[in-house]
Amino acid sequence: MTSHELILISGLTALASGFPAALLGKKANAAQALSTLILVAANGVGAYAIYRWWIDGPIAPLTLPSPIAGVSVSIAIDGISAFFLVPILLVTALASIYGLQYWKQSEHEDNGRGVSFFLNLMTGAMTLLVVAHDGLMFLAAWETMAVSALFLVATEDHIAETRKAAWLYIAASHFATLCAFGVFALLFAINGSWDFATLKETGTPMAVALAALAFFGFGTKAGIMPMHIWLPTAHAQAPSHVSAVMSGVMIKMGVYGIVRVCTFFPEVPLSWGLFVLAMGTISAILGVAFAVGQHDIKRLLAYHSIENIGIIIMGLGLALVGRAEHEPVWVLLGICGGMLHVWNHALFKSLLFFGAGSVIHGVGTREIDLLGGLSKRMPATANCFLLGAVAICGLPPLNGFVSEIMIYLGLFRVATTPAATAASAAVFAAPGLALVGALAAACFVKVYGMVFLGAPRSEQAAHGHEAGKAMIGPMLVLAGCCTLIGVAPIVVAPLLDRMAAAWGGQAIGELTIATAAPLAAISIVAGIVLALLLAGTGFLLLRGIRRAPSGLTWDCGYAAPSARIQYSSSSFAETLVKLFGWALQPKVHLPKIEGLFPKDADFESHVEDTVLEKAVWPTTHAVTWLFSWGRYLQSGSLQAYLMYILVVVVFLLLWR
Amino acid sequence: MFEHLSIHTLVHIVVALIFPPFLLGVINRVKATFGGRRGQPLLQAYFDLRKLCSKESVFSETTTWVFRFGPVVGLTTALVAAMIVPLGHASAPLSFTGDLILLAYVLGLGRFFTMAAALDTGSAFCGMGSAREATYACLGEPVMFLGLLVLARVTGTLSMSGLLGTELLAGWGGAAAALILILVSWFVVLLVENSRIPFDDPNTHLELTMIHEVMVLDHSGPAFGLILYGAAIKLFVFAALIVRLALPVQTGYAAADWIIFLAGTVLVAILISVVESVMARLRLPSIPSLLVGAGMLSLLSMILVLVKL
Repeated sequence: MTSHELILISGLTALASGFPAALLGKKANAAQALSTLILVAANGVGAYAIYRWWIDGPIAPLTLPSPIAGVSVSIAIDGISAFFLVPILLVTALASIYGLQYWKQSEHEDNGRGVSFFLNLMTGAMTLLVVAHDGLMFLAAWETMAVSALFLVATEDHIAETRKAAWLYIAASHFATLCAFGVFALLFAINGSWDFATLKETGTPMAVALAALAFFGFGTKAGIMPMHIWLPTAHAQAPSHVSAVMSGVMIKMGVYGIVRVCTFFPEVPLSWGLFVLAMGTISAILGVAFAVGQHDIKRLLAYHSIENIGIIIMGLGLALVGRAEHEPVWVLLGICGGMLHVWNHALFKSLLFFGAGSVIHGVGTREIDLLGGLSKRMPATANCFLLGAVAICGLPPLNGFVSEIMIYLGLFRVATTPAATAASAAVFAAPGLALVGALAAACFVKVYGMVFLGAPRSEQAAHGHEAGKAMIGPMLVLAGCCTLIGVAPIVVAPLLDRMAAAWGGQAIGELTIATAAPLAAISIVAGIVLALLLAGTGFLLLRGIRRAPSGLTWDCGYAAPSARIQYSSSSFAETLVKLFGWALQPKVHLPKIEGLFPKDADFESHVEDTVLEKAVWPTTHAVTWLFSWGRYLQSGSLQAYLMYILVVVVFLLLWR
Repeated sequence: MFEHLSIHTLVHIVVALIFPPFLLGVINRVKATFGGRRGQPLLQAYFDLRKLCSKESVFSETTTWVFRFGPVVGLTTALVAAMIVPLGHASAPLSFTGDLILLAYVLGLGRFFTMAAALDTGSAFCGMGSAREATYACLGEPVMFLGLLVLARVTGTLSMSGLLGTELLAGWGGAAAALILILVSWFVVLLVENSRIPFDDPNTHLELTMIHEVMVLDHSGPAFGLILYGAAIKLFVFAALIVRLALPVQTGYAAADWIIFLAGTVLVAILISVVESVMARLRLPSIPSLLVGAGMLSLLSMILVLVKL
């Protein structure tokens, strides 16, 4: 079988794999396991399809008949598809396994079947989405994915907040789909075919509209600031393994849309590249700034998705700047850095969501300020979470560093180009990325420290329990992948080169990522770091730290320390939240102190989504109000309607 | 990347391992002189390190392996940083295109674990120090990168050894104003990264006002020795950046280069102690303004080189 047939089988099997879980009884854990098994097998076939594609090289697209007369749809794997397939296949399979223990059907009678079914449906849809070779196939897969995600977000629909999140998600998702329809309608109008191909004319307003619709539509799905409004609540309310798939993989489909549409344009103006780069930088900085202010662990992780999508978009923007300026190295470093970050974010963000899920499973709360000291009770989860946290901050020797160094290098290359062209504006993104890195480190020290270190802040946290093997296993796999890419980035170089060739073509030429980025040096440095860490640990062990006596934490002689005097996540972030107060608009409820001996008082502070609260809600309210005037037309009396018809007929007669 | 594997590499490593604590001695001695005291011996930091290594550690019951591992990461990352920055003569041992990003991020890794180790104690004071360190790092990091960008544009290279190498000499001829601005803002970064007055007072006795010292409050014995040693190396690395930026001279004679360089770092140490002696610590809320000011200077410098070259 060809790689195309294999991937079609994989996608269709995954689409159908949820049926056993959905049909074989409410409490049937075995049915859930069967569904998971089929999904894993389907994804295995998908992986084999990628292998076949790698061996056989590009082959002609596979054309399939469609229910619409005279129209056929086709699928094809190219470098970009294959690159996006890898995280889809890996993360969804792991999430499904994780779900076996996290969301057992026997424990969730009313929604367990739905989660299994729609998660698998979404997997198949995403597999088919990235191999779609024409607009119709793409839209069908896109909408299947979007609607499955709606049901997944709405899993716990007895909670009002979840219903709100689901409505917000579907509204944003509809906007994205509408834009996607526009994109492919324009593609058809320009090329006369639904097939993905280079546009016949690019300077026209239609082509510009196509690009704009793609950026804002797919950007909504991806969660680029300020189109991110649906993302924080949806990720927070969905079950954690679903959040892992949504954040790790589904929002990347928006990135895929933008990346794919870029290939339609043989030439791009410099202004597009600079615009995309600027949007990416804004998204990265504000995404992480909002994350710092959160104290719900899943909402916090969701804002980090916005940040990381920003970094990915920065890479893409750099690549577009390079294409406009005909600088192959910029193109290569930009697209490889951005796309490798797609992988990396899929790996460490799923890992972190799995970790958060374990915490929720073991303790029962998402509130960071109620947790603490879990490292002692859930060591495996804590250590996996720590690894994910170091990776997401872009610190060596893990995978986040590899993709970020590519983007940095590209930006520094812009700076070293002697001529002062408009492209040099791109260099201002580098300090932005540095700011993002430092903020992310602040945020993840906060989360890891508050959740896993110190003393438990509540009774629940003191009795947390470790997750089961089906939950730990997927985390270990992801942690292993993060380490592998970080320590030996050369392993992903061949696939990166094929992806870059499919995206950039002659804009890159013969250049390879192994020559453009110091991949070998990264491995050597990782080796040195690990060796020194071992040596240092050895030194401390020789000095007898294992036998060292233990005592209480020194709290400056305070007689009765309690866990409540620990720094909380809000106090940790306070200065940073104030510094970004212009964007975050933190809401603080101060207690009133009355009398000489004041009673108990409460202090509360939280950061809401400024774009949603200050822009989207007021706008939608205004629009609703505006359209409410239209209700006067719909009075309900038959005479009035007859009169409307008469008026229109008379108007038409007079007009003609 | 190991083309410089030679006697110079060996000298580089030995100097980076042995010299840093001496700078602490210089700073203390100059500060004592300013205060009208005789001061500690110049080699006091070495004595302290030896003493700490032979002592026993005490660990809080609240802590986990992260607390024990934090000092190891702190020292490791400082050492790697010292291998990336060129010191006296020739290139640094660890030199490749893009190593400047590694320099910033490897120090970030050290900071991450130092902060995590502080939170591991569950002490409110350590939490405060950790939060402050995280906050000021966010403001210091972009300043550092703007400086690196300016140097990359001036020298046309992308490794620390090129950035602070002989190409810089031509830069001083063409873009002196921009480089002076970077020099000033990097000195500010040196002060904040190494917890010096006016950002932090390493000698204060009130835990509430500290940054770095309060983070490591609970460490003791050999682990604390590693922290002290790591801090000395980090100070040395930043001093080296300043010296190489201000004096990118390579005479061609290794001995002369090393003497110029080491004298330069001692000068930077004296400068630090003068600043510490004549200034008081800033109030915590006004620290961001100073860092943002340094950021503005480097931004100005960036604009200068973008327009000029």
